[in-house]
Amino acid sequence: MNERSEFDKLVRAVWPPVVFGVAFLGLWELAVNVFDWKPYFLPKPSAIWGEFSDNVSGIWDAARVSGGNAVFGLVIGTLLGVAMAFLLMRFRLLNDMVTPLAVALNAVPIFVLVAVFNNMFAITSEVPRRLMVTLVVYFIVLVNVAKGLRQVTPTHLELLRSYAAAPSQVLVKARIPHAVPYLFTALKIAAPASVITAFVAEYFGGSQNGLGSRITANLTANTPAAWAYVIGACLLGLAFYLVSISMESITQQLRGGAPRGENT
Amino acid sequence: MSQAVEVHELSKVFNPGSTKQVDALVEIDLAVSLGEFVSLIGPSGCGKSTLLRLIANLIEPSHGEVLVNDKPASKARLDQDYGMAFQQAGLFDWRSVVKNVELPLELKGWDRTRRRQRAMEMLQLVKLGDFAEHRPWQLSGGMQQRVAIARALATSPQLLLMDEPFGALDEMTREHMQAELLRICAETGTSVVFVTHSIPEAVYLSDRVVVMSPRPGRITHVVDVELGTRRDLDTREDAAFFKKITEVREALRGLDVDLVGDDLPASVEDR
Repeated sequence: MNERSEFDKLVRAVWPPVVFGVAFLGLWELAVNVFDWKPYFLPKPSAIWGEFSDNVSGIWDAARVSGGNAVFGLVIGTLLGVAMAFLLMRFRLLNDMVTPLAVALNAVPIFVLVAVFNNMFAITSEVPRRLMVTLVVYFIVLVNVAKGLRQVTPTHLELLRSYAAAPSQVLVKARIPHAVPYLFTALKIAAPASVITAFVAEYFGGSQNGLGSRITANLTANTPAAWAYVIGACLLGLAFYLVSISMESITQQLRGGAPRGENT
Repeated sequence: MSQAVEVHELSKVFNPGSTKQVDALVEIDLAVSLGEFVSLIGPSGCGKSTLLRLIANLIEPSHGEVLVNDKPASKARLDQDYGMAFQQAGLFDWRSVVKNVELPLELKGWDRTRRRQRAMEMLQLVKLGDFAEHRPWQLSGGMQQRVAIARALATSPQLLLMDEPFGALDEMTREHMQAELLRICAETGTSVVFVTHSIPEAVYLSDRVVVMSPRPGRITHVVDVELGTRRDLDTREDAAFFKKITEVREALRGLDVDLVGDDLPASVEDR
């Protein structure tokens, strides 16, 4: 009985977007036929699907290049960001110099720097793109984790002082646990940002091996193929998004399931 | 050992020499005997929280001295001679209730089994033994404050320093907590310095109520409560209780009450 109603709920949640999606694709197909739009303007969904299913392995290869760049930047950027956050907490002067800059850089689209990196490093390598993703992730993680380490509740600090806790104990008992949710918040922002940066970085030239560059490369000659790569990009973005929201549930467990999360 | 707390000619100036200089406390003398319950009451900005933090050695005095258990306050802090509770329960969300109570013992280097045993005893004392594995946020405000009291008592200090610990609780929970606190103090023989805004709370709990005034912060009256050691629901309806409330109210009345209520920057710098 219970299972049945759970199933009903699922069906009820799923059918509206599915019906809408199918209807939308149908209308699209119909409109292209009726108005006789040329493929370079807007290809038919059926043509895009044909290109997609014919070229799954090619799209997969391109997704691995773009996704690999994003993951590389995500991992290295996170490690560097966390390390720097600890340094900023330890050295106040450094903090006063770096934090305002980091906050400002976090607010501007620094991924345009990829053009500069292309100029600095071998354009045919993945170095400029990976560097760019690393940098974007680095600042997001740095700003959030530094905040988590610093903004410990004053009551907690007074308590630990009353226990005569050493600075290293304050770090382990209060600052680090307090900063953990901030790290996961940062990863939730950084994961989608990393994959977007990896795509966009490819628009600035370099090897034609990732999803972003495959889209631009096919756009004029074979528009349906370009759209097939767009589908690939959407799927990869979706995968990163799913990873990032599952981070949130890990955060919840680390906080003992506390309902109130720290938002930045 | 003669006194739980001795304060001699204590002064505290914030931002000395600058235009924002504040004489938070001037020439304070105060003694708390062993097992005595003393409340500090007064309008905002009278320095009662500052005085409590000086006793706890969370901040350093500008002048004068503080002795806790006949030792300098800094030594008493390092020896964990006192337990502390604040208006915010200040529990650590990522620790279970019993792990919160264990924290001061952990920092003292007790081994796992011993501190678990001690923490469970403390939770029994505040009647939260069944909630040991709960998370702090699953408890009500009053229960959280009881956990904070259990934590403050975990190291068996002879002195409790409390800064408006029941200030955020509703009236009924508050009265219940006051009765619990008196029971716990009677069982453990703990001395208490208790900061509050509430006149009935101060009178109900205390052996002595210390009335303070702002700008500069100083002690203006000390009211001996003399309601005996056994206090219960009947105490609150006793004529003697109301008489003492009136006495404290009269003592507060003459003061220049600051309606703006700008509290002093009493807390430890957070950086």
